[in-house]
Amino acid sequence: MDTLLIHVLNSLLYAAVLFLIAGGLSLIYGVMRIVNLAHGNLYALGAYVAAWAVGRVLGTGPGGLPYLLLLPVGALAAGVVGAVMEPTLLRPLYKRAEEYQLLVTFGLLLMMDDVIRFIWGPYPLSATPIYEYFGSMRILGTPYPAYNLVVIAVGFLAAMFLRAVVYKTKFGVFLRATSQDMRMASALGVNVKRVYVQAFTLGCMMAGLGGAIIVPAQTAVLGMGVDALVLSFVVVVVGGLGSLEGALIGAIIVGFVRTIAISTFPELELAILYMIAAAVLLVRPAGLFGRA
Amino acid sequence: MPLASDAASLKRALAIAIPIAVVLILIPYVVPPYHAYLLSSGLTYAIAGLGFNLLLGYTGLLSFGHAAYFGMGAYAVAFLVKYFKIASMEAFVVGGVAAAAIVAAVFGFVCVRYTRIFFSILALALSMVLWSLFLKFYWVTGGSDGLRVPTPTLLGGLIGNPEDKMDFLSGPYYYFVLVLFFLAVAVMWVIVNSPFGKALQAIRDNETRAEFVGVQVRKYRWIAFVVSGAFTGLAGALWVPANGLITPDFVYWTFSGKIVFFAVLGGFRTFAGPVIGAVVFNYLEYFAVASTDYWQLVLGTVLVFLVMAMPTGIVGTLGRLALKLRSAS
Repeated sequence: MDTLLIHVLNSLLYAAVLFLIAGGLSLIYGVMRIVNLAHGNLYALGAYVAAWAVGRVLGTGPGGLPYLLLLPVGALAAGVVGAVMEPTLLRPLYKRAEEYQLLVTFGLLLMMDDVIRFIWGPYPLSATPIYEYFGSMRILGTPYPAYNLVVIAVGFLAAMFLRAVVYKTKFGVFLRATSQDMRMASALGVNVKRVYVQAFTLGCMMAGLGGAIIVPAQTAVLGMGVDALVLSFVVVVVGGLGSLEGALIGAIIVGFVRTIAISTFPELELAILYMIAAAVLLVRPAGLFGRA
Repeated sequence: MPLASDAASLKRALAIAIPIAVVLILIPYVVPPYHAYLLSSGLTYAIAGLGFNLLLGYTGLLSFGHAAYFGMGAYAVAFLVKYFKIASMEAFVVGGVAAAAIVAAVFGFVCVRYTRIFFSILALALSMVLWSLFLKFYWVTGGSDGLRVPTPTLLGGLIGNPEDKMDFLSGPYYYFVLVLFFLAVAVMWVIVNSPFGKALQAIRDNETRAEFVGVQVRKYRWIAFVVSGAFTGLAGALWVPANGLITPDFVYWTFSGKIVFFAVLGGFRTFAGPVIGAVVFNYLEYFAVASTDYWQLVLGTVLVFLVMAMPTGIVGTLGRLALKLRSAS
């Protein structure tokens, strides 16, 4: 029973981070019809910047609750990169075939991998003082790292926050209008260019936040971005590209499947995930929650 | 299209191809062995580029999963060595092509139900299934260490193997690759100029109309996918004995991205583009890796620059320049 609960918590931990990455990817696709292959690198950037900020301020000294506020620096950094990238590199390509957008973002993926290696070097970067500050708590008698619950809570709050933004604010109306019919929204006076920049920046910030909140529990390593991207593909394919609800459900499905697969057939963990993605595409090409 | 123009375009193509072929035949006598070896690996990449472009340039499908077929061709060779103790290069070629074609037939059957971005992501997801199997079933595949492939025998030992591996790679093996490269180019030329190739281009330009004039769109796309996979498998089978080692890195989706890179660099709207793009890419990568630790940054910058400033690639840009010069004179 208690190990079951631990498995559930681990699945949710994984789902929370995946939701942040894949939700950003899906938001960007939903509004702009772009699949950003460099999205995983923004997640990595968020992790590196957050770990760097924690290292700068704390050194290896003991952590504390206020230092949690250092983590959003990672999200900000990813947002800034997104806000620069969209108008300079993506905007000129909207009128061309969509292959070109994939190619440019693939080029950016290669570049950002090396930029991260150039700035922070080849060694892993960690922010363990924060993780250690939270220590471990007993859940039904089993010790469990308390910080993981923080990550799950942040993931949950982010999902609530995004739901509120998309459905309850004026910006959300613009976002949905642009997503449904860009030309009509533009004709009705929505500044589509601005919505694009905002949506792209928000999507990148989500990925950066995902990296920033998980880095105290894990470490920032090279290649984490590319791995995360491929997993978030599975999430958005299962949930439906362009749907935030889909990204949430997809992240939870992937989180649980991964935990089950790791504890039963570890060799097939990744193969099972990709086969689920392929199976969903076959039955429902637009994903569980996507629009065709 | 009337036959006369086909004959004329063949004549024009041969006028370009024959001098290049002569240069390729003479090159090992002129350049140092290492560069002949480098060129031969560029030529194997070019075969993958040819196969890839049957899908992108001629059928309009962008596959982000072609590393699967390159890797399958290479792993098939490694399995022939490991489990059957075979060393014959001809068997490697047959085995590599067959294995890649079988995988492409299965994956393609699923992928061609979709087009555009969904096709790309599905091709990527399926290639990653293969990658994870190669990575995790280490007792069969050697895991992340990969499998070794020793120097093969050519034509059943009819051509003696030089003792030195570099002599072998820059001599007999270079010509073995070159012959298959010529063969691959010729076969692909016939394919894209056949009624089948024209039907693929019709599908690319307008799927609905192609269907109306009686093209079985999904079946044709599937055949194109299998042929494309077989060519890419041939490239993998030819590449692996020269490299001596196959690891899952060459099945990972970023290697698929490199195959896409060949086509964009050379220009995927032309027949020769991906071939030239692959050879140039191979040199570009060699010099970038040799001169800096941050070679990915160099390659990424080149790719972004190409898409922004030279979307028709090397061949397209040269073609435009030639037109301008002609109209100016």
